[in-house]
Amino acid sequence: MKTLSYLIARNCKVYFRDKGVFFTSLMAPLILLFLFVAFLGNVYRDSIRSVAQGFRLSDALVESIAAGWLISSLLAVCAVTIAFTANTIMVQDRVSGQAADILVSPVPRSLVALGYFLSTFFVTAIVCFVALGAGMIYIGVAGWHLSAADVFLAVADTLLLTLFGTALSSVVCHFLRSQGAITGVQATVSAAYGFLCGAYMPIGNLAAGLKNAIMFLPGTYGTGLLHAHLMGSAIGEAGAGLPAEAAAQVVKGMRDGFDCNLYFFGGAAPPWVCYLVLAVATVLLVGLYILLCARRRR
Amino acid sequence: MNIIEIQNLKKYYDEVKAVDDVSFSVEKGEFFAFLGVNGAGKSTTISVLCGQQKRTGGSVKVAGRDVDEAPAEIRKKLGVVFQNSALDRSLSVRDNLKYRAALYGVTGKAFEAKLEELTALFGLEELLKRPVGKLSGGQRRRADIARALVHSPEILILDEPTTGLDPQTRKNVWETVNAIRKVRGVTVFLTTHYMEEAADADRVVILDGGKILANATPLELKNRYTGDFITLYGVREEDVRALGLPYEKVGEAVRIAVENTAAATELILKYPRLFTDYEITKGKMDDVFLAVTGKKGE
Repeated sequence: MKTLSYLIARNCKVYFRDKGVFFTSLMAPLILLFLFVAFLGNVYRDSIRSVAQGFRLSDALVESIAAGWLISSLLAVCAVTIAFTANTIMVQDRVSGQAADILVSPVPRSLVALGYFLSTFFVTAIVCFVALGAGMIYIGVAGWHLSAADVFLAVADTLLLTLFGTALSSVVCHFLRSQGAITGVQATVSAAYGFLCGAYMPIGNLAAGLKNAIMFLPGTYGTGLLHAHLMGSAIGEAGAGLPAEAAAQVVKGMRDGFDCNLYFFGGAAPPWVCYLVLAVATVLLVGLYILLCARRRR
Repeated sequence: MNIIEIQNLKKYYDEVKAVDDVSFSVEKGEFFAFLGVNGAGKSTTISVLCGQQKRTGGSVKVAGRDVDEAPAEIRKKLGVVFQNSALDRSLSVRDNLKYRAALYGVTGKAFEAKLEELTALFGLEELLKRPVGKLSGGQRRRADIARALVHSPEILILDEPTTGLDPQTRKNVWETVNAIRKVRGVTVFLTTHYMEEAADADRVVILDGGKILANATPLELKNRYTGDFITLYGVREEDVRALGLPYEKVGEAVRIAVENTAAATELILKYPRLFTDYEITKGKMDDVFLAVTGKKGE
């Protein structure tokens, strides 16, 4: 355990000390923030008003819902893209010869692999929770509608998505053997993942084929959970003052429109299904990573 | 007592025979040099010795144990300095030593004591807090060697440790290695393609194309594969030419090649008036290497 803790500490320290790697990891969230500030913020606000089906929403509520969308999207993207960047340490060690140096020690390969996995998880979790904390402040400023359960579930979603991102990136990075390869993968993931998991645009805005294809990707369910827990309560307020039936219709329409409710080929995917999909995908990826590590021949 | 015993070692990559039926042994406390041009099979042999690569055939024993039978136990006995620095550039020298030591179970007070010892031995006081990326090549190499010794190995493997270093830094590295040998009595296993670095070894194995071509002390190799040289000062070239022996002008001196020291003595006694200011030297390792492999060394 002691050796493992030193391996993890070393990997984390290398990550946070390497300014190039650290800032690269923030590329995707920074792109999202830039897009939001530049034009997506207004697009979302207009979209929220239009999805409200003509019912007048207060500006404060629109701001709160838009903030929830931004922060949940940001976290959904961060949990995966930062995991890919954190796993850079594993690939860089191979490229620079560090891995050879570590492997001439008596430490078993399995422990080294576990060290990379856990350090990737911790690094990703640290960055994501800092982002979540900052996001909570932002949501608070925009208009706080979250319940304690929402906050708790958002933390759980972030942890689960971080674990999923760690497992996914560990499997992909296992095959990378050069700096060029990891840079290419990082750039691709940073650019594409936000679209593929439904973080940049509501899934309902996508073409039917793409909409269904995205629902085969486990990350989408994590994004949906975060949307539900960081926007759901604010959206719930949208029906205030309306008759119960109309309120329910408005709220459902908005929840559907902003991916708080997910549908797989028309069938509803309730939160427990989303958690199950994400958990099973994570377990499968971890299993695959273990298998790959065990199969690597010297 | 042999600390390393390698018998009929083979390492093939498909059709390529990187190491082909190599046998040698290294005595405890010996300074052993593995000499060969790039691609001779030196690093492959080291990789097998360190348990990083599986061998195709043969046996490799360290301290009487097969490397595959007790890999963890054997790795504790080895300290390896790779051709390329294996230090984390963004971390301080202290952190690098700390994390490396932890891989061998050296932590806490044991590490502090070891750090104090290595700091004194390598003159690292000023460097401990500095990031490795900001050290000079020589300083980094010293830190590299300290890192390899942080768990008190019995065998120090130096894989082309001075490649790419300037002459002064190379000299400093060798002063450090010699100091370690004197203080610790550690066995040094050097691979190099610098001929003169092998000249100070207790024994030299010359490897070419994956096969051993020579295995002896530097003196035996020089006696076996080169003659002696008499360098004459203050003589006329025509007087030397009259001896009928091969010679070459070296600045203001003339260097005559003779078969051995006995032949040199005979020549001096025969022509005492010619040999008033002279020196007799053995052939260099370059000459040995050229004679053994037919290739010019570095």
